[in-house]
Amino acid sequence: MPQYSLTINGQSHQVDVDADTPILWVLRDTLQLVGTKYGCGIAQCGACTIHIDGKAARSCSLPIGAAVGKKITTIEGLSEDGSHPVQQAWIEHDVPQCGYCQAGQIMTASAFLAENKNPTDQQIVEAMNGNICRCGTYTRIKAAVKTAAKNS
Amino acid sequence: MTKNINTNRRSFLKVSAAAGGGMVIGFNFLGCESKPRIPEYVAPNLEIPEKWNTLNGFLRIGENGVVTIMSPNPEIGQNVKTAMPMIVAEELDADWDRVIVEQAGLDTDNFVRQIAGGSQSIRFGWKSLRETGAKARHMLLMAASEKLEVPIEELSTEKGKIYHKATDRVLDYGEVATAAASMEVPEEITLKDPKDFKLIGQSTRNVDGFKIAQGSPLFGLDVMEEGMKIAMIEHPPAFGMKIKSIDDSAARAMNGIIDVVRINVEPEGWNPQWSDVNAYPELVAVVGESTWQVMKAKKALNIQWENDSDLENSAGHEATMKEALASGNGEVARIDGDPDKAFEMADKVIEKTYSAPFLAHNTMEPMNFYANVKENSAELIGPIQTAQFLEGTLEGVLGIPKENISIMMTRMGGGFGRRLYGHFGTEAALISKAVKAPVKLVYTREDDMTQGTYRPAYMVTYKAGLDTSGNLIAFQIKGAGIPGSPVFHNRYPAGAVDNYKVENYQVATNISTGAWRAPRSNFIATAEQSFLDEVAEAAGKDPIDFRIALFDKAKDNPVGSDNDYDAERYAGVLRLVKEKSGWSTDKPGVYRGVSAYYCHNSYVAQVLDVIVEDGVPKVDKVYCAVDCGIVVNPEGAINQIEGGIVDGIGHAMYSTLTFEDGVPQQSNFDKYRLIRQKEAPKSIEVHFVDNGVDPTGLGEPSLPPIGAALANALYRATGTRLYSQPYINQVELLG
Repeated sequence: MPQYSLTINGQSHQVDVDADTPILWVLRDTLQLVGTKYGCGIAQCGACTIHIDGKAARSCSLPIGAAVGKKITTIEGLSEDGSHPVQQAWIEHDVPQCGYCQAGQIMTASAFLAENKNPTDQQIVEAMNGNICRCGTYTRIKAAVKTAAKNS
Repeated sequence: MTKNINTNRRSFLKVSAAAGGGMVIGFNFLGCESKPRIPEYVAPNLEIPEKWNTLNGFLRIGENGVVTIMSPNPEIGQNVKTAMPMIVAEELDADWDRVIVEQAGLDTDNFVRQIAGGSQSIRFGWKSLRETGAKARHMLLMAASEKLEVPIEELSTEKGKIYHKATDRVLDYGEVATAAASMEVPEEITLKDPKDFKLIGQSTRNVDGFKIAQGSPLFGLDVMEEGMKIAMIEHPPAFGMKIKSIDDSAARAMNGIIDVVRINVEPEGWNPQWSDVNAYPELVAVVGESTWQVMKAKKALNIQWENDSDLENSAGHEATMKEALASGNGEVARIDGDPDKAFEMADKVIEKTYSAPFLAHNTMEPMNFYANVKENSAELIGPIQTAQFLEGTLEGVLGIPKENISIMMTRMGGGFGRRLYGHFGTEAALISKAVKAPVKLVYTREDDMTQGTYRPAYMVTYKAGLDTSGNLIAFQIKGAGIPGSPVFHNRYPAGAVDNYKVENYQVATNISTGAWRAPRSNFIATAEQSFLDEVAEAAGKDPIDFRIALFDKAKDNPVGSDNDYDAERYAGVLRLVKEKSGWSTDKPGVYRGVSAYYCHNSYVAQVLDVIVEDGVPKVDKVYCAVDCGIVVNPEGAINQIEGGIVDGIGHAMYSTLTFEDGVPQQSNFDKYRLIRQKEAPKSIEVHFVDNGVDPTGLGEPSLPPIGAALANALYRATGTRLYSQPYINQVELLG
């Protein structure tokens, strides 16, 4: 199996995996960073969202090669202690029900807010539309993104 | 009988790391010693005691007064892991900031009904959780009474402390916990007057909120155990097919593949229980080192399938239900008065048919389970709503006695009824047994969606007769479903109409079905409340006034004696939503629909506002009134209500599972449409009736009526009545 050098959450990793392995499964199986979730495997639900060089990306549908030479951030590396304004807003608004999709929601929101500091409601809704929440916490997600924007 | 393995799994907390200013303690749940275990977050500056005193199955109190409360029931997102311990803490008079909540494993010695289903965790747990806390408090008081040498009546408690005010002395719970643990458990205990509740009724944050926001390993899919292999299953492509032959040579030759085995969750001689419903008892399982390798090997399997029974089609389903309803040979479930004669005498007769398709549960976390089965023991960890039933199945299928089976329940990435049916746990156990290794079984999204225990497909015909004054004098419901009727024949408007009849029709299928959030109600509420809106219009009456007049009749002069609702509480939520939504005031440009329903012992009424943007309707705001008795955790309760509303709008509007030759036509979220952020209501306003009665269901009741509030509002916006779900086939909705 080919070997890959990766930079994830500021740390270097060497992994031996099949070349077609999606980043998601390298994170979850090989590196045991299981905060990034499997939801659909076809980039439709957003549960697997990570940052590649600061941009939100669907890790389930990108082969490991796409991570080489890039800066990968997962939910575990968004902050060391849960202090990122988006994480804090999620706690403040008590957003989660089951919680499974929320790491992906938080990663999408944090990449979005990094580029758009003062979004309108409509921009928030557009930005978050790719992330499914089966429990239906959408109004709380929207409110939390607004709070995070204020506190960023 | 006590368990003789793994008792330490649910008994001890240990400090493993500090993070986020607070302590993170790991309990023996996931991972081998060298890896991080699932952390339990503890409030900052909380010192974890060395020594714990066990007061009962729910409670341990440390020497420093820190309290650990077990949450007995599985957590599927309904937030019982916060609410159930709150109830114990209330009667204990614990200091919530010094409470650690720990998820209990299956432990039928200490806990009853460790089930997530029917919105009943709080309702059934209410009394016993309170008594547990109150009895432990009394034991602490007994110990304090001895220590301070004062009568127990002179002592009071508050926030984890015992006060003897006459002598100005204070004891922390921790100081008397050891002595309290050896006190006799009182048989009878007086509970608080709800007026004195301090914690119940206060919004309390989700105890797992911090961990979720950090992406901590909480879910079954996150389980990592020493030596664990990954397993996946391959099932027949169509309902009505089974395995004929398997050529696994290509799959076996692939990187990382360990074994390919054939399993059967219904071995000869095993009589399945209700919770064993499954799509396909016989499966092929691939076992390997990593998820991706097993996923690829699954595709390399060469399996021949053969027909076992009919291959069904959605078009056929619809036709069969129509035929059944037209046959007139249904089972009469209830008849009051003389409906046939009343319809003959009616001034106006309205008859409409409503239908809805099969639905998949689509929990965001696909089915999975960890199992380590040895010769005479089995250890399972995973997401299950009915662990105690899975235990019984494992005993029967594996031939291992219950006391040698342990089941740990993980936080679940959604339930919605899907994880009532624990066949995936049994599958994991059989695979582990076959390959003689610990395995984590993982379903792909496609596996999950195409072998579900689906919401049945339904069709129901309503008929109403009005007299010349617009009074409802006759009402008839003919309900059909694949496989069963959705009608609750003793629910509203039974009891409110002199001439009333319900007929049920069943249509057999080989498609596996089961409970889906608010079973039957999830469809029948929408049909009934859409129909009543149309009947009110035909009667020339306001839709809320029309409904309330029927409740007045059911209250003052009920028909029959088996009506299973309280007409006053039902009307109460309608009156509340009428007031809060400003129903009586015209709002230009706002098209409003109303709906009300009773299920899971709770009453819900909703007003949904649609606005029109660029000629396309859009859901703007939803007002919701709820009577679920005492609200334990208001913010958590509001979250549940909001979620049910969004879920109900989404499924009524967009979702469907169709079949062609037995094959589900939607296998992932590219084809199976779920509601998204853009389509959700802009805002949801929730109001609770404050009546102080014991709490009732909350996880399900807000879902069933909302589809009708939506349909009724869309009718006002577009002039089109909606009879067939998903509505997207008839009207556009702006996202």
